Amino acid sequence: MSRGIRGWITTVDHKRIGILYGVSAFAFFLVGGIEALLIRLQLARPEGAFLSAGTYNELFTMHGTTMVFLAVMPLNAAFFNYVVPLMIGARDVAFPRLNALSYWIFLFGSLFLNASFFFGAAPNAGWFGYANLTAKQFSPGPNIDFWLLGLLILGISSLIAGFNFIVTILNMRAPGMNFMRLPVFVWMTLITQFLIILAFPTVTVGLIFLMFDRFFGTNFYNPAAGGNPLLWQHLFWLFGHPEVYILILPAMGIVSEVLPTFARKPLFGYPVVVYSGILIGFFGFGVWSHHMFTVGLGAVADSAFSIGTMLIGIPTGVKIFNWIATLWGGRIRFTTALWFALGFIAMFLMGGLSGIMHASPPVDMQQQDSYFVVAHLHYVLVGGSLFGLFAGIYYWWPKLTGRMLSERAGRWNFWLMFLGFNVTFFPMHFLGLMGMPRRIYTYAPGLGWDLWNLVSTVGVFILGLGILVFTGAAVASLRAGAPAPADPWDGRTLEWAVASPPPEYNFAEIPTVHHRDELWALKTGRVPREMAPPVPRELHLPPPSYYPILVAAGILVAATGALTHVALVVAGFLIVVFGVYAWAFEYRS
Amino acid sequence: MAEHSQHPPVRTYLVVAAVLSVITAVEISVFYLTIFERVLAPVLIVLSAAKFSLVVMFFMHLKSDHRTFTGLFVGPLAIAILITLALMALFGAFVVAQP
Amino acid sequence: MSSAHEATFGATGLDHRKMGVWAFLGSECMFFGSLIATYLVYKGKSAVGPHPHEILNIPLTSISTFVLLMSSLLMVLALAAVQRGDALGAKLWLFGTPFFGMIFLGFQVYEFRTFVSEGLTLQVNLFGASFFVLTGFHGAHVSVGVLWLLSLWVLALRNRLTRADSLLVEIAGLYWHFVDIVWIVIFTVVYLIQ
Repeated sequence: MSRGIRGWITTVDHKRIGILYGVSAFAFFLVGGIEALLIRLQLARPEGAFLSAGTYNELFTMHGTTMVFLAVMPLNAAFFNYVVPLMIGARDVAFPRLNALSYWIFLFGSLFLNASFFFGAAPNAGWFGYANLTAKQFSPGPNIDFWLLGLLILGISSLIAGFNFIVTILNMRAPGMNFMRLPVFVWMTLITQFLIILAFPTVTVGLIFLMFDRFFGTNFYNPAAGGNPLLWQHLFWLFGHPEVYILILPAMGIVSEVLPTFARKPLFGYPVVVYSGILIGFFGFGVWSHHMFTVGLGAVADSAFSIGTMLIGIPTGVKIFNWIATLWGGRIRFTTALWFALGFIAMFLMGGLSGIMHASPPVDMQQQDSYFVVAHLHYVLVGGSLFGLFAGIYYWWPKLTGRMLSERAGRWNFWLMFLGFNVTFFPMHFLGLMGMPRRIYTYAPGLGWDLWNLVSTVGVFILGLGILVFTGAAVASLRAGAPAPADPWDGRTLEWAVASPPPEYNFAEIPTVHHRDELWALKTGRVPREMAPPVPRELHLPPPSYYPILVAAGILVAATGALTHVALVVAGFLIVVFGVYAWAFEYRS
Repeated sequence: MAEHSQHPPVRTYLVVAAVLSVITAVEISVFYLTIFERVLAPVLIVLSAAKFSLVVMFFMHLKSDHRTFTGLFVGPLAIAILITLALMALFGAFVVAQP
Repeated sequence: MSSAHEATFGATGLDHRKMGVWAFLGSECMFFGSLIATYLVYKGKSAVGPHPHEILNIPLTSISTFVLLMSSLLMVLALAAVQRGDALGAKLWLFGTPFFGMIFLGFQVYEFRTFVSEGLTLQVNLFGASFFVLTGFHGAHVSVGVLWLLSLWVLALRNRLTRADSLLVEIAGLYWHFVDIVWIVIFTVVYLIQ
């Protein structure tokens, strides 16, 4: 394994790619966090003049886009990459070079999107970019072009990763690991990948129409020519609602790994948790119009989507009971990972409850586009996804780095984040019910909104301090953390059977699985322990390759060309074609 | 490889292609024959679904291949069809025009 | 393509690449589903002409449809030839399939040019926009397939496509047949049901 920059650029090792995903996503998470701080500073006082209206629009658009596509999704991807092959007892993913390609496309797409700031043209139509705010007529600058091209690029990355992980999970399970022995995190990853490959095509089509409207003068979303802006809303939310589950299901998977480990009990009702996940994923495609109750779809459609949305609350609620029942009677060890998992359950529950409120169209019509919705979505995405991800970070950090994280700093990290999060977002429920609309860059005094906005701004700094503590603890751990043993938590799944960090080949011998909690079963002697071979036999690991980054660069060049000169589009296309051919023949003598 | 032995022989391919050609000819005739005007859409949809299924089952071998492949394809196909119908309904495609 | 590292059979006994292609085709169902849904939703909503019945050329498109359908037959013949190690058949059918694809594309180019000269453009109305984007993306898929199959044909010409590589032909075939069935739907929904 070659070290240095070249080693990282050409790597096809799922563990290194996982680390690349994690580091990049965390960097973008900090960028999105700074955007949030700026937004809250502007809103701290009425008639705030910290930001201009235009800058404010750019910041909330980029905050949303960044957190969804550049922070939470790739943080999930970091765990898919690092953990899934280890959990299923594989040496790598099914298509190691495609895996590298996904990462590089993600990185270049993210940089492309953020490059808009340097041209003073950051996207500014909100993260769901409603037509016809995005029309050339109302947004003549390149802002929206950066956004739509960036999202198209990121979509390619997610789709490729989706195909890769579906095949990996279906096809690369170790002998004996049948579907009812699959760790829940792997199950949730599998469902998430299906959601990705089925949801991203619709938004891709929506973005292609937007691109044609803006670049070639079509009228897909132009009502003056008979077009219907609602088409965008449908295509976007057909993606956007499954996307919500794409963001949350991996966190549910992480929590389902963390809770049993630290309660020292198998997950309560494993099959039910799995089936609930499948149901959530399936129903996720049938509820998109609950984002659109206020457009007037008619009583029948509203009722159907309302019932569907309430139904989807059932499997979600079932999971919450399963997690609580897992803790019940367990010998609980209060590690930071467990605290974040507990925080996840409580905060996600609150976000879920306000979500069920929105499922009722009359209620939703009062709350639409108010800060109540902002509160709801942050409870689900920060209290839910992000807390789940932090549980995962604390849980798997020793495995990834070979070092322990300070539990003391972790406790500070958790409580600061928990406190800051609630101080920031709980008041937004009040603000929303008092009528404060989202996405306004300032407000008049005397509306009763002053106090809660100030409280919320104070809260976001506490939240930021929590993240800062984590960053400090992470650096300290990497520099001088205590060395991590292979199995620091008395783990249940196969990743804890190998060294921390694992050798490049993961498993000297592909394990045979006999039990759902295989490692526990091994440690307690319920299944026979096999003799591990002292020296790995000759292993064929995929060699590094330059072509993934080359193909990704071609896509970046083509997207840049769309904003500058058509010659670059052609050049980018040629780079991709060359890269694909070179790729196909790389191993073919 | 074991899975390849299950592929149908060339004769099957030729028969399927012949049937596909006949159905296409019928489709075009139905289009031009005025007696079918009132049931044109349903008849054409059934015919094209038949062609679609024949290609998928025999040329793409789903009839004899591993069920995993069928699941990977038919599940998404069903969702795509349902969503297409739902979108048409939401945009009023199935509402009978009022005079 | 085939390599010691990626051509492995997994827990299900199936090839990774074939499974990946099927997952990809599932995803493509959603892609073309969204495009077709848009075409249907915008049907009859164009503010100005030309409208479908004024401009669509059924006899011409029937021929190109038939050509694409027959290319699918050539595709399975190519696969059968490679599987039984028939080098001549492989060379013949692996050229015939993309050649028929190119004929189809030629018809499409002719059709697009005729439509534009008759006043149907991307910009003029919703029919033009949704028709050209739908059939254009289908045409782009056919083009990718043509390149893919011609590459395999070149391998076959150099006798570098052996029986052991039949999976490469099968996978390209799955893609090619998928492009064909998308056209089966488009031909019915766009051309015949006006």
